[in-house]
Formats: sequence, C-alpha cells, structure tokens
Amino acid sequence: MHQSQTTLLHPPLHAAHAELGARFTGFAGWSMPLRYGSETAEHRAVRERAGLFDLSHMGQLEVSGPQAPAALDHALVGHLSAVPVGRARYTMLCDETGGVLDDLVAYRLAADRYLLVTNAVNTGTALAELRTRCAGPGTTVTDHTAERAIIAVQGPRAADTVEALVGAESTRLGYYTAAELDVGGRPALVARTGYTGEDGFEFFVRAGDAVDTWRALLAAGATYGLTPAGLACRDTLRIEAGMPLYGFELHRGVTPFEAGLGRVVAFAKPGDFVGRAALAERRDAGAATVLVGLVGSGRRVPRTGHPVVTLAGGTAAEPVGVVTSGALSPVLGRPVAMARVHPDAVGARSRLGVVIRGDTEPVEIARLPFYRRPR
Amino acid sequence: MDVPARLRYSTNHEWIDTTTEPATVGITAFAAAALGDVIYAELSEPGTHLAAGEVCGEVESTKSVAELYLPVGGEIVATNEAVVADPALIGADPYGAGWLLRVRLTDVPPLMTADDYRAHLTETDNGGAA
Repeated sequence: MHQSQTTLLHPPLHAAHAELGARFTGFAGWSMPLRYGSETAEHRAVRERAGLFDLSHMGQLEVSGPQAPAALDHALVGHLSAVPVGRARYTMLCDETGGVLDDLVAYRLAADRYLLVTNAVNTGTALAELRTRCAGPGTTVTDHTAERAIIAVQGPRAADTVEALVGAESTRLGYYTAAELDVGGRPALVARTGYTGEDGFEFFVRAGDAVDTWRALLAAGATYGLTPAGLACRDTLRIEAGMPLYGFELHRGVTPFEAGLGRVVAFAKPGDFVGRAALAERRDAGAATVLVGLVGSGRRVPRTGHPVVTLAGGTAAEPVGVVTSGALSPVLGRPVAMARVHPDAVGARSRLGVVIRGDTEPVEIARLPFYRRPR
Repeated sequence: MDVPARLRYSTNHEWIDTTTEPATVGITAFAAAALGDVIYAELSEPGTHLAAGEVCGEVESTKSVAELYLPVGGEIVATNEAVVADPALIGADPYGAGWLLRVRLTDVPPLMTADDYRAHLTETDNGGAA
C-alpha cells in the first residue's frame, strides 16, 4: 500500500477520475480510484441503480493460434476448447501441486482466439506461466494490458444504460457472453460479466478510446442514476456476493477445493493439464479447509487474518480458522466475512467467534452469498 | 481542507479545543476524509486517566481501522454518544457534531497551530490513501 506515487502505473482514465474528485489508492502497482465520494453511497448505487468502474488494472492476455484451444486445456483447469465462440468461462491457473496461481475469466473471441482477464496482481505470473505452458508452434500469447482499458457498468439499470448507448444488440447478450460491438463509433468487446453480484457489462476498449467511452457511458446512464464507483465498493460488493478475491480467499497455498470452487476443475476433458494429479488427490481426500460465510451481530468487522475460534460459554476455546475478507454489509447492515476453517468446525451445532483485536465476537455461519440479486 | 484556526493539532490528525473546559477532542477533516465512511467508533470510558499519546479509542472505516491517540494528558469526562450511535457524524462534521471526547487536562504537550498543521499536511500528504 505504501508504494510511492511515481512508481504506480496510471490507467488511461486517471485524469478523468481526478476531474471527478477521486481519491486514489495503489493497487497491484496501479493508481486506481478508491472512491469518488462515499463508498457506501457508491455501493448502494450499484445495488439500486448502476455504477461505473474503471478496471484497467486487470490483465488482458490474448492466446491465439490453431493450437490455442488445446494449449489452454493443458494450461488451465477448465475445458476451454469446449467453450463456444462468444462465450466466457470462469477458470483458474494452478501449479503442479494444485495451488491457485490466478483465477480469471476467459472469453472465446474466435475459434482460435481467447482473451484472458487476469487479476492485476497476477498478470506477470499468468503471462510467464502461459508463455511456458503454451510454448510451441501454433499458439501465441500476447499481453495487451498496456494498450487497452476495461470499463464496467454494473447494477439493475446497467442494461438500460448500455442499451441507450449501444442499442438493443447489447441487451441481447446473454449472461457470460461477449461480442464485438460499435460503442458510439468506437469498436469494443462488450461482455455481460462482472464481479458485483449484479447484472452488468464490461467494455474492453483501446486505451485511446477509454475516455470517450467512459464519458459516453456516464452520459447515457445519467437518467438511470449511474454513478462512478471505486475499488472500495467493488470489494464490499464482491464480499456481499460471496465472490473470492485472489490474495484473500485464493492463493497458491490452496486448491480450488478449499475455496468451494472444485467445480471449475474439468477432470473429464481430454488430455493432461497442469495440476491434474494433485487436484484429483485433493478431490478424493476432501478439502483441507472449507470457506464459509460468517455474520456478526455488532458493528465491529471481522477482517483479513482475524482468528476464528470455537466458543465455549461465550469465550474463545479453540482456534479453527482464519478470516479471509470482511466488511460491514451495507445491504444487511451487519458485519459479514468469509473465513477458511477446519471442516469439523462447520457442524450444525458449532458456535463460532472471531477474535477482533483481543475481543471475541460471536458469529453465525451463513450460506454464501450473503446477497443475491432479485430477479 | 478545513483547518479551523481556533484549534490545536497533533501529528496523528487529532484536534483539540483547549479554549473550552473541559477540552474537546476529535479527528481532523483530513483524517476523516482519509478514512472514508466510518462504520464503528469505540471511545475510552469516562473516568479513564490517560497520558498524552495513549490510545483513547478506535475508529473503523470500510477499509481500515485507526487507533485514536489522546494528544493531551488528562481524564476522560465525557464521550460523544451520538457518534457511537451514528459514526457517520465524524465524516459529516468532524469539528462539530463529530467531536469524540471531553477531557479534563492534566498535561498539555506542545501542539501544532492551524498553520503548523497545514504545513504538516503539505509535507506528509501522499495523496491521502487511507
């Protein structure tokens, strides 16, 4: 967090954010908007209307060539060659021990071309691993992060906003699909994906088109209450939606099974893939820890690293896990957290607490997600 | 950034009004802006005697937890219950309704004037990331 400003990368929209009064934060080497005003107000705007996010820090890697589908089947845990053109797939890059190196969304743009959108903190790792794993004739891996931008519109009025600018073509896009569309005279890949628990769209544009696209979306969404939204509310939104964040719920010390995401591992696909043997072993043995939702009753928030303990007579008895992320849920009005705990600790009778700066606060185990959008 | 001239300031971004008896303590508009939305405030109980620089509470925002340090020595004689009930008052009115503690002073170490504090902010401002 304490990187000097001069070393941080600036997204193409940096000046546009500054004009809107953004407070910036260093995130994975980028200077990104943390919030423009109140992050709680931005959170509510996304839940009730729509929010506009700059996600240009995220990695944009293209894997192309006639061997790309087979190469990605080997490199990633998902069955990428089976993804139809125009569809997106949430998947993971694991190491030989099954440890998660990145979780990412892969968009199949053409039979022989995929866009992988990586966590900013992992773009370098993913690029290096993919170049190694996809080496050989017939596959090319290209990093487009620096020459492009990503703008997301998320919330119940996202479809109205995007339709106002792009036309009905956009709202015909199904969930987890993508298409190359004309956005106010500029080409963009438009995808119906997101990370907030709401309906929404992500625009992948050339860096030089980022400011115009951002402004056009702000104008198109004005009548629907579209609000610029920063990374602070993006985090509380994804926590309410029970979505993992790399570096917190996911890291190279856990497999997808410890995050409750074993379903992303496609054991049935043809051929071997990196991590297969270790992942099959973990599937059969069962996850070493389980990811659970916790809901508190006070106002103090369980945060990353806080110990999870069993309770005996209201006091801490035995450590059983650790909080991975937490927030005061603006929608529930209560503290919520995700935690990695021992499987034996999640029985129906278990009573758990979180040790928050020396005090043990009782919590209830809750089913994830904490928030599900009305449909 | 609002820095009222009648107040004195600590390097930890607390303000103190020593013109009242007992004195009043809060956090500055700069600190409140850096924290973002405050969701929880805990303050030392009335009757607590603290030395200058000791922890007198904590404020928790969406993204961070900050300890409060009493810029003076003395006895806590009152806490702002309205702020405990609605911590958003700190951000909305840091020098007014968002005050935190009233303190009967026993020790007043050197503190910054408004001009000193403004200069301190200029020197230490790194963009204000909380």
